Amino acid sequence: MTPRDAELALPDGPAPHAHAVGHDGAEHHHASPTPIGFWIYLMSDCIIFGALFATYAVLGGSYAGGPAPKDLFEPGFVAIETALLLISSVTFGVAMLQAEKGRRDTTLMWLAVTGLFGAGFIGMELYEFRHLVHIGAGPDRSAFLSSFFALVATHGLHVTGGIIWLVTLMAQIRMHGLIEANMRRLSTLSMFWHFLDLVWIGVFSFVYLVRLV
Amino acid sequence: MLTETAQPSLSPIFGRLTLDWIPYHEPILVGTFAGVVLGGLLVLALMSYFRLWGPLWRNWVTTVDHKKIGIMYMILGFVMMVRGFADALMMRLQQAMAAGGVEGYLPPHHYDQVFTAHGVIMIFFVAMAFVTGLMNYVMPLQIGARDVAFPFLNNFSFWMTVAGALLVNISLFIGEFARVGWLAFPPLSGASYSTGPGMDYYLWALQIAGVGTTLSGINMIATVLKMRAPGMKLMDMPIFAWTSLITNVLIVAAFPVLTATLALLTLDRYLDFRFFTNDFGGNPMMYINLIWVWGHPEVYILIIPCFGVISEIVATFSGKPIFGYRTMVWATACIMVLSFVVWLHHFFTMGSGASVNTFFGITTMIIAVPTGVKIFNWLFTMYKGRVRLEVPMLWVIGFLVTFTIGGMSGVLLAVPPVDFQLHNTLFLIAHFHNVIIGGVVFAVYAAVTYWWPKAFGFRLDDTWGRRSFWFWFVGFYFAFMPLYALGLMGVTRRMNAYPDAGWQPYFIVAAFGAVLILLGILSTFAGFYVSIRDRKRLACGRDPWDARTLEWATQSPPAPYNFPEDIRIVGREAFWHMKQTGFKWSGHYRPIHMPKNTATGALISAAALVFGFAMVWYIWWLALLSFAAMLALGIAHTFNYNRDYHIPSDEVTATELKGAAA
Repeated sequence: MTPRDAELALPDGPAPHAHAVGHDGAEHHHASPTPIGFWIYLMSDCIIFGALFATYAVLGGSYAGGPAPKDLFEPGFVAIETALLLISSVTFGVAMLQAEKGRRDTTLMWLAVTGLFGAGFIGMELYEFRHLVHIGAGPDRSAFLSSFFALVATHGLHVTGGIIWLVTLMAQIRMHGLIEANMRRLSTLSMFWHFLDLVWIGVFSFVYLVRLV
Repeated sequence: MLTETAQPSLSPIFGRLTLDWIPYHEPILVGTFAGVVLGGLLVLALMSYFRLWGPLWRNWVTTVDHKKIGIMYMILGFVMMVRGFADALMMRLQQAMAAGGVEGYLPPHHYDQVFTAHGVIMIFFVAMAFVTGLMNYVMPLQIGARDVAFPFLNNFSFWMTVAGALLVNISLFIGEFARVGWLAFPPLSGASYSTGPGMDYYLWALQIAGVGTTLSGINMIATVLKMRAPGMKLMDMPIFAWTSLITNVLIVAAFPVLTATLALLTLDRYLDFRFFTNDFGGNPMMYINLIWVWGHPEVYILIIPCFGVISEIVATFSGKPIFGYRTMVWATACIMVLSFVVWLHHFFTMGSGASVNTFFGITTMIIAVPTGVKIFNWLFTMYKGRVRLEVPMLWVIGFLVTFTIGGMSGVLLAVPPVDFQLHNTLFLIAHFHNVIIGGVVFAVYAAVTYWWPKAFGFRLDDTWGRRSFWFWFVGFYFAFMPLYALGLMGVTRRMNAYPDAGWQPYFIVAAFGAVLILLGILSTFAGFYVSIRDRKRLACGRDPWDARTLEWATQSPPAPYNFPEDIRIVGREAFWHMKQTGFKWSGHYRPIHMPKNTATGALISAAALVFGFAMVWYIWWLALLSFAAMLALGIAHTFNYNRDYHIPSDEVTATELKGAAA
């Protein structure tokens, strides 16, 4: 090291150096990046929903002479729909507890129950959409209905995707049991499922409750 | 050409695709098509003759190696730059001719497609491909990682970007491209005013490529957070790794907005939704707000990695650590936050009132402060350094001068009353080319020259590198300074002809500048050719530039596993201090755990390309089929649990000995 180099080296911080972790040191194993990667994905998804909520906030009052929320939404119906999704989150939680105890069959059973509740939710949502289109309140009627359909259907598509993932994972757990890779998948799917629950609470309050008050 | 108003009934097999949509009566397009076909056949023949199909598939298409994926992104960027630059030359030629009643050679419907394609290609498939490629190649090496956090996802992201690029190019020969400008404002881009398939090509190309970009952003953030070498703290990372992290945070925060916005416009066009229509309560300004909520961070997504490139190169060629490391990191973080609160400056003329415009004018001016901090940090790094004027450093100096001028014209535009005069004039065009060419392109050229020896084991030819720089640098000023003047005279953008013959001399000077830039691009490719031919003469070792960061500790080109063993890092500029202390690898290596190649990414992307094409042409059966294929391929991939292997220790030893001998 020439004197000039010494003078120029690092004005701040401790004097750095590096050494190889020799062959007798264990190779460094990084913890799986999957959980944090999936969290970051969920945040990006959250921003998609944010954009859709913002669109609903801006256009939700543009009825264009067509029906308003009061004419369309039935609180009882939406309450049952919401209950189905919330219960499915609880049953997923039970499935996770069973999986951590290593009980494969009970885990599968609770996952199946979760999927059924999810399918019930989707069924009710499709019924509501069909009904709205039938009475002439489809997404082409007004900007309000466009933004309503886009927001709620995007959530519904996510739940549908979640159900497909759930069925796939159930097959994989049957094949390989509750091995480490499957446990990681199970916990990411559980994050996804609870995230969709959270988004639905936003939809429920912001779209249905607020407009009905 | 095509009669857009006549909407023939849909064929059950071909949708709305009819023979009328093949532009065989357009001489320019037929000529281009013939060139592409001949060139394509030549490549196919050569590939078959040299039996390269197998290696291409095994070593490149299915690869999950971040270095190869990075190189493929750079190739995509250069190929698409040729396409985008051809559009630019056509526009410059048209505007140099079409003065005072002369119509020129490009009719408006063609000219409008050309400027739309130019913008879309240059931003999404050139600049984005370049910065993603650089981050892919360099960042994992700089943090001492074996690969990115999710290697398969990385391969998939790349091929989705390629699928988007292919869809844009297919539109050249089958149908048409959008005629709406690069951001496709409604109601012009809505179903009522853009009836043809061009606008749908735009939507599906960007949607498919956007999936790739978002996933790549998630991947890179997880890589920086989880894959750093043991002991390397965030504040020990090289500046380029920092700017990569911040860029990818911006990608993950901004690209979902683009996805949502384009999806809403797609719903408007396909299913008669009413988001951005003039009637039924729709609001076109909502689109313009949303698209710029993505669009402004997007320009920082392009420039921030370039700030990282400049920081690395300035430090290396000044022989000093970067001046003000901490301020550099904090300035970048400030820009990240501020880039989300300036979007309205793109449409001060919307009429949101004095207070709103004032707010966004002030935030825009504030963002110049952290950027200025960076410029001064680079200057102070050079101050009293032993500056070596190698080719990468030439580009850096070109960057410093040109980007600063571009930044200052941006501050002018941030003043709302000034903007009311200059909105949508050529002054704006000159401004953003000034920052994107002077900023992104110059930095990318610097980066390519700087990291090429690392990637291939030999330097780029010096003479051709200097020629390329001077043609680009001088050509830029000839091409864009006249546009500033024209903008001040009130000349608006996107005109294919103009009445005032007094403007013509400026346009001719600009066209001359474009020709100089053409020579710059040709010099670049000549440089690549000469360097590959003379690779023995230009061969170099690990560290040809006497550099400071960890990527230079690897072989050139790096072994598939990058580093033969883990290094414990203490402090910044790890490699510089390894050199001071005479660092050597232990020579006794353990087996290395590596991800296996997979074809799934390329196959899903191929299905996505077919899906996009089918949606553009309303070929519903094909759309359903290709969508089902994407889903099935994705699910099938999750049934494969056997995704990795170990490189045995004697193979590592052999590779390292070979590298040391080279």
